[in-house]
Amino acid sequence: MKENKKTYWKGLEQLNNDPEFVKNADREFPELPSTLNEEGSASRRDFLKVMGFSLAAASLAACEAPVRKMIPYVNKPVDINPSIPNYYASSYFSGGEYASVVVKTREGRPIKVDGNTLSPVTKGGTSAIVEASVLSLYDKARLTGPYVAGQKSDWATLDAEVASKLKSAGAIKLVTNTILSPSTEKAIQALSDSLGGIEVVTYDTSSAYGITRANEVYYGSAVLPTYKFDVAQTIVSFGADFLGTWIAPIEFSKQYASGRRVSKEKAEMSRHYQFESNLSLTGANADYRTPIKPSQSGLAVLGLYNLLAKKAGATAVSAPAVEVANLAKAAEDLWAKRGKSLVVSGSNDPNVQIIINAINELLGSNGSTIDLVKASNYKKGDDRAMNQFIADLAGGKVGGVIFYNCNPVYDHAQGEALGQNIAKAKVSVSTNLTLDETASLVQYVAPDHHYLESWNDFNPQVGEYSLSQPAISPLFETRQAQDSFLKWSGSTSNYYDFLQTNWQPLFAGQSESGNFQEFWDKALYNGFYSTSATTEGTTVTGSGDISSAAAAVTKTASAAGEGAELVIYQKIGLGDGTYANNPWLQEMSDPISKATWDNYLTVSQKWASENGVTMNEGETSKASITVNGKSLLVPILIQPGQAEGTFGLAVGYGRTKAGRVGNGIGVNAYSFLDITKGFVNTDITGVEVAATGDSYRIARTQTHQTFMGRENVIQEATLAEYQADASAGRYHPEIYKDGEFVKPSKISLWSGHQYSNHHWGLAIDMNSCIGCGACTVACQVENNVAVVGKQEVLNRREMAWIRIDRYYSSDAPADDLSGMEVAAQNPEVTFQPMMCQQCNNAPCETVCPVAATTHSTEGLNQMTYNRCIGTRYCANNCPYKVRRFNWFKYHDNKDFAGVNVAQNDDLGKMVLNPDVTVRARGVMEKCSMCVQRIQAGKLEAKREKRKVKDGDINVACAVACSTDALVFGDLNDANSRVSKMLKIKENTTSATKEVNEERAYHVLEEINVSPNIWYFTKIRNKDKNEA
Amino acid sequence: MLSKRSLVGVRLNFHTLAVLFFILIGTQAFAVAQEVANSDEAVAAGKAVFNANCKTCHKLDQKMIGPALRGATDRQPADIVKSFIKNSQAVIASGNSYYSSLFKEYNNTVMVSHEFLTDEDLNNLLAYIENGDKVDPAAAAAASGAEGGEASAGGGIPNEYLTVILGVLVVVLLLILVVLGLIISVLTKYLTKQDLDEDDKEFVNQKTNLGKVFKSDMFVVIVTALVIALVAKTALDGLYSVGVQQGYAPTQPIAYSHALHAGTLEIECQYCHTGVEIGRSANIPSANICMNCHTHVQNVQGKEGVSPEIQKIYNAVDNNQPIEWVRVHNLPDLAYFNHSQHVVVGDIECQTCHGPIQEMEVVGQHSALTMGWCIDCHRQTEITTEGNAYYDKLVQIHSDSKDALKVKDIGGLECAKCHY
Repeated sequence: MKENKKTYWKGLEQLNNDPEFVKNADREFPELPSTLNEEGSASRRDFLKVMGFSLAAASLAACEAPVRKMIPYVNKPVDINPSIPNYYASSYFSGGEYASVVVKTREGRPIKVDGNTLSPVTKGGTSAIVEASVLSLYDKARLTGPYVAGQKSDWATLDAEVASKLKSAGAIKLVTNTILSPSTEKAIQALSDSLGGIEVVTYDTSSAYGITRANEVYYGSAVLPTYKFDVAQTIVSFGADFLGTWIAPIEFSKQYASGRRVSKEKAEMSRHYQFESNLSLTGANADYRTPIKPSQSGLAVLGLYNLLAKKAGATAVSAPAVEVANLAKAAEDLWAKRGKSLVVSGSNDPNVQIIINAINELLGSNGSTIDLVKASNYKKGDDRAMNQFIADLAGGKVGGVIFYNCNPVYDHAQGEALGQNIAKAKVSVSTNLTLDETASLVQYVAPDHHYLESWNDFNPQVGEYSLSQPAISPLFETRQAQDSFLKWSGSTSNYYDFLQTNWQPLFAGQSESGNFQEFWDKALYNGFYSTSATTEGTTVTGSGDISSAAAAVTKTASAAGEGAELVIYQKIGLGDGTYANNPWLQEMSDPISKATWDNYLTVSQKWASENGVTMNEGETSKASITVNGKSLLVPILIQPGQAEGTFGLAVGYGRTKAGRVGNGIGVNAYSFLDITKGFVNTDITGVEVAATGDSYRIARTQTHQTFMGRENVIQEATLAEYQADASAGRYHPEIYKDGEFVKPSKISLWSGHQYSNHHWGLAIDMNSCIGCGACTVACQVENNVAVVGKQEVLNRREMAWIRIDRYYSSDAPADDLSGMEVAAQNPEVTFQPMMCQQCNNAPCETVCPVAATTHSTEGLNQMTYNRCIGTRYCANNCPYKVRRFNWFKYHDNKDFAGVNVAQNDDLGKMVLNPDVTVRARGVMEKCSMCVQRIQAGKLEAKREKRKVKDGDINVACAVACSTDALVFGDLNDANSRVSKMLKIKENTTSATKEVNEERAYHVLEEINVSPNIWYFTKIRNKDKNEA
Repeated sequence: MLSKRSLVGVRLNFHTLAVLFFILIGTQAFAVAQEVANSDEAVAAGKAVFNANCKTCHKLDQKMIGPALRGATDRQPADIVKSFIKNSQAVIASGNSYYSSLFKEYNNTVMVSHEFLTDEDLNNLLAYIENGDKVDPAAAAAASGAEGGEASAGGGIPNEYLTVILGVLVVVLLLILVVLGLIISVLTKYLTKQDLDEDDKEFVNQKTNLGKVFKSDMFVVIVTALVIALVAKTALDGLYSVGVQQGYAPTQPIAYSHALHAGTLEIECQYCHTGVEIGRSANIPSANICMNCHTHVQNVQGKEGVSPEIQKIYNAVDNNQPIEWVRVHNLPDLAYFNHSQHVVVGDIECQTCHGPIQEMEVVGQHSALTMGWCIDCHRQTEITTEGNAYYDKLVQIHSDSKDALKVKDIGGLECAKCHY
């Protein structure tokens, strides 16, 4: 048995053994403020009042039940059967993020968005934002019809005025984020043709202009390549958060995880180096992470180029020497795996990207891990064109402007100036769905449909097409923007016909389907259409002189100097802020900081110590940050792993016109972005930060559920150790009994359950889990989990059924505080999804006085809300702290109407899953292992008189997981995926199965609660075990 | 003192006697009920056996693939009938002339053997065959009336038995009272003839003072306790019936008659309730389903013109205004119920829960729809596992048990089967 010497800690409070933390740590529920009277206990009067109320309530309840109506259709649509879900393939694209999805509808209402497993592009992956997008359909802030001059109007008026005014407007610009739809581009072209030319100005909220520009210079074509992180065996990333926010994280995380999955049969995995300033999700998953200042990043890239050039025998470029830990090692590994290695950079500086191209050429990545032929279309933004447009608008050179579903007033660096100058255009139109920062400033708002109400096509990559189709009739009197464009162009065609016409060439280019309708139906059913015709046999090669780029990079780096630097980033949850009014995303705890409902300035521990800033249970202080004379007051969050001398601040917050939920949360960091170099630069130099001392509380879910100092929750090993011994890193607790040490499972109070038919279980591979949190939102959508708002999160009453525990680790022993301090500069990170463990010997079941939580014959720990009386004993007795108590009635309660929109307003309620009860106040709830899905799957099998097939039933979190880290199935079925993963050979009905997979373990095995959730050890591809 | 003690002794003896008497009567009453194989339980259990095993080939009062079964025990001794059910070929081979001729009469169609049926099953089955589902309109009406009148869904001893037992008890107690009074007077007379000391004389000659009795603590306590018990019982009964809407038969916007459509015209339930075999809700038919027939059928019983009730459908269709039916069966939101599970998988008749719907002019809630009602059925109902591969493993594991595989045996009583 190998002792695990690492100490794991969830937050600095725990690390520092803060007395406040220690006091709270052993308490599942925070102390309650008394609401009854000042003395803190109920008086006789209060008692009588409560009694009186209860009596009155009871007698009222005894009255005759209200008459309820049943209203059938007049003419029932053939496909819609009440209580039976329908699924439609569709596509999501917003903020640069694309996903092919399947929309689940009930009674004609979309209630869930899942990944489309058939799609060759996203392969069934989703992200938190995609999962949450269904709630935005029911956003109360959405416009219910067209607006003219700030007044609600009708389409006829708007069309007449816009069409005539555009004709006489002069130079017309159409501002948009990247358009992924070829047909939309054609519709805009049609409008352009009718008006004698429209300039389309494309910008991206997170720009990749640097890459496209670099490729234009280096390869001669301004394309964004596709990457293959699954093929890459050595991955080096300079600040590119490719698992979280960079270009196409859904695709990349799926690829990355497949390259990182190890088993006895394939004991190999990729090695990943990350050089970055903020601790990103990608950095948290890296094997070797080096915190560097962003100004040094360019030099580090040059350093890597020179190291590799030396090995390749190419000429080095002149660059100042830079001391970056792990860089030489990275070069060694890259060279060793050349042809199967990949270097990426998140920098938007074209010069840096040119060097990256040169490095990848040296390594032979082009055509192997980088595909420039099958290019992706996610980012078409041209930062220079956008800057030009803003200048033109200010100069009065723009006659008419159309904002197509974009909000540059909020999400562009020059947004404020843009907003002031919109009035200078003779005619201004927006198709935005809400009256947001931009739409509220234009003359005409022609609101578009939500994507779930729209027809559209997408071309995510060369040769890959997908469709979106309406999953619901339009809720409001909105109109698809493309229809508006066609209408204003004078066309009588509607967009659906227009779309089909545009797909005729695709039909002509294939031979599978005989007629167009068949071809179209198939593409619509699958959600996508692939063709390889365009890419076959072509290659892109390039080589350029990189010395000028190198010189420019050197110049930038040296100009940056020694001052503090700010890195502006996007959070996984909120992204670019488009969905700021979505409470699911606001309350999703950030994978790294575990903070909700805020953005904040991430600072290093060193800076915090120097400036006397401390953080305790979310209690922090504010800092003022000044860039170019602009100042913002932001709360401070001490972030382990933050590079010294750097700060991080997320965009997406500080919305003023997002809607009731999103307004006034955090600060807007877009105004700090630097556009002076001709591209949008997120690495800001010349930053002044001063702690102001104003106290503030950040609602974090981080230190709320501790494992009471029990350390063998995370079990891990290095790859070399694993190759030598498959059970490396495993902790095998033994209990002393009758003179010998025995396995905990040998000692039990219980006689053990028998599961005669099914035995549901879940295997979680911690090597695959990247901590993205898509599962947490998916669970929230599927199970009607309430949003409780910032104050209640502060009160430690968040309701999430599944959380991702993020552990930092260090080599230092627990009592060596200074040793831990060093580790805090750059800790290792482990993510562990944690939900109800469905224990076979469940401690919660034995303490419930009313048997509201009981065990099923299928291994599930059942929670019966209508029986629960709210003693909370179960939560107190749960070693995993996964039970949640309804402290309030979160539905139909005006106190929560501002945050819990899905259970309060009529529109929001349409998203609720009708198969899951909305819990009342005073009852306990927890992960049910999606029992509604299990029941539905079993019923289908019974109706069809067959056995349940593996894969028929899947839980929401596992479906959402892009990396397949969660595998659900029947442990009684020896052929199920989960049984094979756990290597359960024997077909037994006993609750305790013999699991032969060496990596599989139970969290807190020593207490022998015998969970049905198995975790797989985390394997790091490191030379030796270190922090 | 001695006589006083003896007096107490005598009284005690009388108590013992009374108790004995009561026990005797009680057991007798139960013994009588047990004797006849006509009990509702036996018939119900027999029906389940019948439905599971015999229904495909037999009817009670009609020929089908096999003969009508009623009167089988009149035609042959019960024991032989039982062994015939178990293994018909063996009985025929043994030379039983009746069954041999029957076998010939039905073209030598072999009846499958039912070795797995226990003796109890067979007794129940015979009880059902002889006494079950008799076509007697008056009795049926009376039965449904009686059922409708009672809100109780508790199960156990039926209410009418309780009433009878209570009545008997009261009579017995009154008798005991009279007997006791007589004994007291006899004893008093006897005692007055004896030589008694002062104390005993006083005791013997004391007069019952009714006023004193009413004012005595004991009386007050007893009366208070009785009143409290009565109030509590009423309150509890009231509380248990909160939300139970058994018998609820609201007036619907259209005077639609199930008796006409499902009864007289014999339209399949599924024709209108399209969801019943595929989903959770059975579905109230949309107006376009009504129009399938009512495009042509405009009035009833050969009357001229358009019936005002049918006109309402036309209005709904013409104005695109859905008909707002009043919901009869209101299951609470916390309970998940799926029709297809019961109708398709469980193969349960609609009438089992909804009552004789084909006789209802206005639909009312037939069953209590309480959790106890659900659970009772899950305890008793056997699963139709034949031909359904889903149940193979469960059947195999259950095969050791001599009891039939019931819903309760496969987790049918678990919370998360209905509550999630």
